[in-house]
Amino acid sequence: MARRASWTWLVPLSLALAGLLWAGFAPIELPTREWLFEIPKGTFARRMAGDRVEILPSRIRLTLGVQDVLLVRNLDEVPQTFGPSIMMPGQSLRLPFEVESENQFVCTAHASGQLTVVVEPEPVWPWQKIRWRVRDWWERSKA
Amino acid sequence: MRLLLTLWLAGAAVAAQAGTPELKAGTLSPALPAPPLALAGTDGRPLDLANYRGKVVLLAFGFSNCGEVCPITLATLAGARRKLGAEGAGVQVVYVTVDPERDTAAQMRKFLGAFDPTFVGGVGTRAEIDAAQQNYGISSMKKVNADGSYTIGHSSSIYIIDRAGRLCAVMPYGHPVDDFVHDLKILLRR
Repeated sequence: MARRASWTWLVPLSLALAGLLWAGFAPIELPTREWLFEIPKGTFARRMAGDRVEILPSRIRLTLGVQDVLLVRNLDEVPQTFGPSIMMPGQSLRLPFEVESENQFVCTAHASGQLTVVVEPEPVWPWQKIRWRVRDWWERSKA
Repeated sequence: MRLLLTLWLAGAAVAAQAGTPELKAGTLSPALPAPPLALAGTDGRPLDLANYRGKVVLLAFGFSNCGEVCPITLATLAGARRKLGAEGAGVQVVYVTVDPERDTAAQMRKFLGAFDPTFVGGVGTRAEIDAAQQNYGISSMKKVNADGSYTIGHSSSIYIIDRAGRLCAVMPYGHPVDDFVHDLKILLRR
């Protein structure tokens, strides 16, 4: 009986180890490298009416080689300034990043008028991939 | 037959998309006609973007007393034109002042000429410059120093206008010469 008990706890341990090996060595692949960010219709009108709309996060994290393109769509009826460019209604801006950096962007869709885009290095080593996956899972579960 | 034609057209569209090289700059989609500039050019002519149809225009805003951002931007753009060799003739740099109180046509011509004599500056009244800045979403803020002199913080992106006069891309500040060369080669072949 005692010998059988020692085998049973080895099963979850093996599974956990297999999970760690997968998380550390399997390539991180997302369906797209674009992080989509939409400015909804009526944003400007709501802001003008005194509503402190917070439709978008104030900080976006991108990862080189995984998700390193910001795609912003202006669905509002008025032009919006996002980062380096003005965007007409119906227009989108596709902004690729190739360097690890922290960028402060002007964004008229934010109540604060500011948006921070953090670009992190590509997770290469197993521990980096595990960290990336855990954080990604945690952020998705909070959203 | 209609189904085959539809499939062929869809396949051709996908192939064309896949074959489109990506720019280092941010791309605007759909590319819309660049807002016109109602300014005077430092070449003595009205600054009309339509005059540069057939060329790729790099449009940026700044001022001649700028000690930080503008010299780096202009040196980068001049470097890109030089590196393109003969193809550089297909690129026009237009630099619009955000400091109309100090930047006369002569002052801007001298400033820009130090980087590349083909660069054209845009000058005008405060109202004309404000209109141009608004059309391109350019912000600027005067910062007065203790001695009464001032400097101006301003948007530092470079707008890229394609050969058909459409505002198609925007390069954030800080990209190296090679990124401009990469994108300009693509845009000059489109």
